[in-house]
Amino acid sequence: MIDPSLQALVSQIFLGLVNGSIYALLSVGLTVIFGLLRIVNFVHGAQYMVGAFLSYILLIEFGIGFWWSLLLSPLIVSAVSAVIERVMISRLYNIDHVYGLLFTLGLTLVTEGVFRYCFGSAGRAYVVPPSLSGTVDLGFVVFPRYRLFVVLASIIICFATWLVIEKTRAGSYLRAANENPDLLRVFGVNVPLLLTATYGFGAALAAVAGTLAAPIYQVGPFMGGTILIVVFAIVVIGGMGSIKGTIVASYLLGVTEALTKIAFPQASSMAVFVIMAAVLVLRPEGLFGRNE
Amino acid sequence: MTDPLPLSVENLHGWYGDSHVLHGLSLSVAEGETVALLGRNGVGKTTLLRSIVGLLPKRKGAISIWGTDVRAVPIHRIARLGVGYVPEERGIYTSLTVYENLVLPPVLSDFGMSTSDIFALFPNLEERRNSLGGRLSGGEQQMLAIARILHAGARLILLDEPTEGLAPVIVQKIGEVILLLKKKGVSILIAEQNLHFASRIADRFYLIDAGKVTRVIGRSEFGATRQLVESTLGV
Repeated sequence: MIDPSLQALVSQIFLGLVNGSIYALLSVGLTVIFGLLRIVNFVHGAQYMVGAFLSYILLIEFGIGFWWSLLLSPLIVSAVSAVIERVMISRLYNIDHVYGLLFTLGLTLVTEGVFRYCFGSAGRAYVVPPSLSGTVDLGFVVFPRYRLFVVLASIIICFATWLVIEKTRAGSYLRAANENPDLLRVFGVNVPLLLTATYGFGAALAAVAGTLAAPIYQVGPFMGGTILIVVFAIVVIGGMGSIKGTIVASYLLGVTEALTKIAFPQASSMAVFVIMAAVLVLRPEGLFGRNE
Repeated sequence: MTDPLPLSVENLHGWYGDSHVLHGLSLSVAEGETVALLGRNGVGKTTLLRSIVGLLPKRKGAISIWGTDVRAVPIHRIARLGVGYVPEERGIYTSLTVYENLVLPPVLSDFGMSTSDIFALFPNLEERRNSLGGRLSGGEQQMLAIARILHAGARLILLDEPTEGLAPVIVQKIGEVILLLKKKGVSILIAEQNLHFASRIADRFYLIDAGKVTRVIGRSEFGATRQLVESTLGV
């Protein structure tokens, strides 16, 4: 048996990793969307919330379980988001970026309002799927099985996203579109379609995060707003546009937050922002960002 | 009914923002022909090439590529008619490797060269295949920009000042590649300030001034009109 205070430390780090996993899924989607569409996707938090709510509704109203929800809910959110990109957001690319931010912020307020109207503002519990309930005993410490699953799923999805963007042909289109979209069109690539698909993919990642988070946090109309602010800070710390940086920063800050909870509990929700401020002063391009 | 020309431009007007750059320009490129656009900086050569590939939103007049009126065609579909474009600034993607740059443009026809043939033609690109595009020298970038179009298999190639600022040995190489393309029957429209280079490769010459064609010169008359050309170009 190891020292109980060390055990508490390990569990706290693990909790930090669980939060970091949700941050990572959200921040990767945000980074991919920003990198290509140059839109600060403020509605990302609402897409996350809708993802969680859809899974909840699928379970309560239709008896559809977690695994199907993990597929269906991102598909629905992605399809709706792709339509919104095509019909509305795509009109904003040629004007000041601030309009993109304002538009997606407005969309967030509307979405949250609709869900509050329909479901009230109280949080709802989503039960842990039976196949993932219980605990895993690693010998020196015991972890809830579901949370361990969330960490692994997040790492796999984030790594796969990084791999696709950095190492595949589709990824080379994305990187090229980021650098010089006009020339890519001249070469015969349908860039507007690429943008729509990318937006849909980013939104799907948010919905995956929402579905994964549903059994951990409460499902409620405002669950996205609070987490999104932290995720924005993480994207800034990691380096706007750097996927690798964003992923690493997400887990790192999840753990930092958790450790602050031991050392100085009152400051835990502040830690990310203090670090963001420090990074902005000392290394404005972010920890892993390229100096442009 | 004759076969439609690879490129035919009629009475084209084009604007960059508010400035009216092209003033009723007309020209054509026949199958397998290499046509050079000669003219000083700022007379509208680059603007013309950009408007053909669809990068100039404000234009008036007719542009047809193998008989297809391209004014209503989305930009990415114009390439699929078989058009390859090498922009003046070369357009190498700095965050992609040499190899990624090479295979980036979708292959348009079975005219496309395989990557191994291309590396045989440009051995120094093979040496640098895993370098980032941003690390190449000007000459290497120009070769990669041309190699990219060879790989895609374009049958109408638009080259914007391919020899600008390059060492003679590289200009020589680019000349060889263009002669090779001519042999394959590719149609080429090339904006060029280097008269000596243009005279070696082109079948026909258009003198451009103030957004209009001022004179068309056939290959056989080029020698006789050399003085006129030089004074127009201010060389």
